[in-house]
Amino acid sequence: MQHPEQGKQTPLYAAHLRLGARMTVFGGYWMPLQYTGVIDEHLTVRQRAGLFDLSHMGEFRVSGPAAEAFLSKVLTGDVAGMRNGSALYTLLCNEDGVILDDLILYRTGGDQFLLAVNASNIRKDYEWIASHRTGENVRCEDVSEATSLIALQGPLAESILKKTPYRSAAELKRNAHQILERTVVARTGYTGEDGFELYTESQQAVSLWKTLFEAGKDAGLKPIGLGARDTLRLEAKLPLYGHDITEETTPYEAGLGWAVSLHKKNFVGKEALSRQHDTEPQKLLVGFEMMEQGIPRNGCPIWKDKVIGKVTSGTYGPSLRKNIGLGYVEKHFSNVGTELFVEIRGRKLRAQIVKTPFYKRSHV
Amino acid sequence: MNIPENLLYSKTHEWVRREGKEIVVGITEHAQSELSDVVFIELPKIGRAAKQGDPVAVIESVKAAFEIYAPVSGTVVRVNPELEKDPALVNKDPYGQGWLFALENVPEGDFKALLDKSAYEALLKQ
Repeated sequence: MQHPEQGKQTPLYAAHLRLGARMTVFGGYWMPLQYTGVIDEHLTVRQRAGLFDLSHMGEFRVSGPAAEAFLSKVLTGDVAGMRNGSALYTLLCNEDGVILDDLILYRTGGDQFLLAVNASNIRKDYEWIASHRTGENVRCEDVSEATSLIALQGPLAESILKKTPYRSAAELKRNAHQILERTVVARTGYTGEDGFELYTESQQAVSLWKTLFEAGKDAGLKPIGLGARDTLRLEAKLPLYGHDITEETTPYEAGLGWAVSLHKKNFVGKEALSRQHDTEPQKLLVGFEMMEQGIPRNGCPIWKDKVIGKVTSGTYGPSLRKNIGLGYVEKHFSNVGTELFVEIRGRKLRAQIVKTPFYKRSHV
Repeated sequence: MNIPENLLYSKTHEWVRREGKEIVVGITEHAQSELSDVVFIELPKIGRAAKQGDPVAVIESVKAAFEIYAPVSGTVVRVNPELEKDPALVNKDPYGQGWLFALENVPEGDFKALLDKSAYEALLKQ
C-alpha cells in the first residue's frame, strides 16, 4: 500500500508503524496522520500532553558576522532586537509585500541563527534567502536532512520534560530556548498549549523520542499525528501556510501586521508593506463558527447577498465541539458578530464571525 | 475485521440488509475505520428516489468529506434520526445503531451487483 518512492522517511518512521500510525505523504515525507484518532489525540494534547514527529519541517542555519544584518534584511521581524536564546515568529515577504513563508527564527548564539521553515517551502525559501546573500560574512546552510524536530505539547509537557536530561529547559519562558545535549530546546509550539519543540541531530532522533515517550508514560503522553496538529492549530487560529497565508495574501490582510517591523531601516518588501500599512486592506482573515450543521472546508465560497470571500481552513473543533473556519472576507463584512453564509456542497449555511482565537488555554 | 454473514456489500463499502419490505443501508466496519472519527452526516431526504450508484449521503470525518452511494436503487423511506445527535454511532456500531437510511421499491436485479461476505472479504484483500 505504501510506495517508498513517493516519500522520504524520517528517522522515526519505524516507530510510527510500531505505534499503529496511519501514514501519509506530507511535505515529501511519510508522516503519521493519526494513531488512535484525531479527536482522541487532540483532546490528549489539550488535557495532558502529546508527542509529535515534525521532522519534515525545514531548518536552515545562518551564521557569521553579518548574519544579523542579513536576516534583518530578508525577514520582516525585528531581528536586531533578539537576545541570545530567544525566538521570533517572522515572515519572509517578497518585494510586493506578499508572504513567501512564515517561520520561527531562533537566535542560538551571538551571530548564530536557526530558521524553522515549512516543509513545502524548503527549496523556495532557501533559494530566496541564498539569492539575497551578499558578501562572505554570512553563511547559510540547509540542515533540514540532518535535523529532526520533535514537539512535546500540552499542559503536562513541563512536568514530563523535568523527568529527562533536558529538565533545565522546564524553567524557560515562552519563546525562549537553550541548547542541551546538542539539541535546541525551545518553549514554542503550534497547538495553542504550553510545550516545547526540540531540534536535534537526526541520528539522535530515535533516542530523544524514546526518552520523552518513557518520561511521559505515567502522565498519559500519546503520539500525535498531523491530523490533530491541524485541528489544534486551527482552534488556536495559528495560520497554515498554503491555506490561510499564501503568495496571494499580505501580512495586514492575514492579521500578521505585528510581525512586520516597519521601523527597520531597510528590508525586502518594506516599500510595499509600508503602503499596505497606510491603506485599508481589501480583505481580512476572519474566524467564523457555523450556526447550521456543516463543516466548512478550504475553498468554500463565503456569501452575503453575493460572494464576499473564501474559506481557507475549516474543521470540526474537538475542544469547542463546533464547526469552525478561517477565511478571507471583504473588509466591511469582517466585524465580529457579522452573519454570513458558507456554501457547502451547493447549500448556503449560516455562520457568524467570532472572536479569535477560538480556543485559549485556561492554564498558564 | 467484522464482516457479518447475513449482509450484502457494495464495492464502495456500503452494506444492505433486508428488513421486511425495507432495505436498510449502512457502511462497513472497514469503511468506518478508514474514515475514523465521524463528526457529521448529511442524510438523503425522505421520498428521494435514488439510482444504484448515486451519491446519496455525505459522511464527514474531522479531516474530510466522503460520499456514500446508493448500493441499490429505491425510494428513501427512513433515515436514522440518532445520527444527528451522535454521528460517531457509525464508528461505534456500523452494522447496528449506525445504520444510515432505508429504501423501498428496490428492483430485485440490483442485488446481483452486490457482494457476499467472502467476495467482500476478497475485495478488501486486494
